[in-house]
Amino acid sequence: MTETETPLGAIIGENKHLLLSYTPFAQAVGMEVEAVEAGKATLKLAWRADLVGNPETGVLHGGVITTLMDNACGVAVMAAMPRLVAIATLDLRIDYLKPASRGLAVRAFCHCYKLTRSIAFVRGIAYHEDMDDPIAHCAASFMRSANRKPPPAEVPEALR
Amino acid sequence: MSSIEEQLLAARASGNPAAISDAIPFAGFMGFTLTQGAQGLVGALAYDEKLIGNPRLPALHGGSIGAFLEMTALAHLMWEIEVPGIPRTINITVEYLRSGKPENTFASAVITKHGRRVANVSVTAWQSDPAKPIATAHGHFLLPEAKD
Repeated sequence: MTETETPLGAIIGENKHLLLSYTPFAQAVGMEVEAVEAGKATLKLAWRADLVGNPETGVLHGGVITTLMDNACGVAVMAAMPRLVAIATLDLRIDYLKPASRGLAVRAFCHCYKLTRSIAFVRGIAYHEDMDDPIAHCAASFMRSANRKPPPAEVPEALR
Repeated sequence: MSSIEEQLLAARASGNPAAISDAIPFAGFMGFTLTQGAQGLVGALAYDEKLIGNPRLPALHGGSIGAFLEMTALAHLMWEIEVPGIPRTINITVEYLRSGKPENTFASAVITKHGRRVANVSVTAWQSDPAKPIATAHGHFLLPEAKD
């Protein structure tokens, strides 16, 4: 990161849920923010029967992992920036290394390793409990400040 | 033969692609249906508020668009491939071209290469104007193996 101001991830603390609370699709699939630090985020998604791709194995649909990783990368970008601003995914590549197991929560840890004036670059990993036994890897890039609308009024002043 | 394989074969035999999407729980959650259009198979994603990523624009979630493209590729393969079953995504790259408006979204897939074990598929998604794609995806999928 090259910003001089403090990144949101370093100061957000107990307000970390705000990084997902204005995202309807994240709420609909049941994601939560498990941990955040400067430029890094871990999101957790509980297994649910309606998120399954193969009804015989109970394995989550690949699209669910795509959604989780897209959003975890987005939260990592927000955690790298000094204020809460809208971002838009430019591209996202995912490698699926093994199927997610039926009944187990999936986590995605993503790291925004480079911020330029316009673009944020992120990489991430999805896993159940052990990051060394990954379900998927991803690489993504995002546009910063996808729009100029201010964040919702409920967002604390320190994060605006 | 497993019940899902029977379901897929029955869907194809009756010429009803919607039965493919009915077999996938996450497709039901998303509001996804595989349809047969004049130009071939088309995946349809019915607009719903829960698919939104940023309510203040509003714009569809990058994840809902990505999942929709992947789902279209998988459903298309399930309709077309020789050995019935559910393919597994090996990798997928999604490129976002335009913001997804809060409206119905469509996507069509092309099987660029159908190998014995792996298929390469490209998918394009659009909304009101097919000439203005909102996202594309390219991926490799591991195909079900023949049991003999």
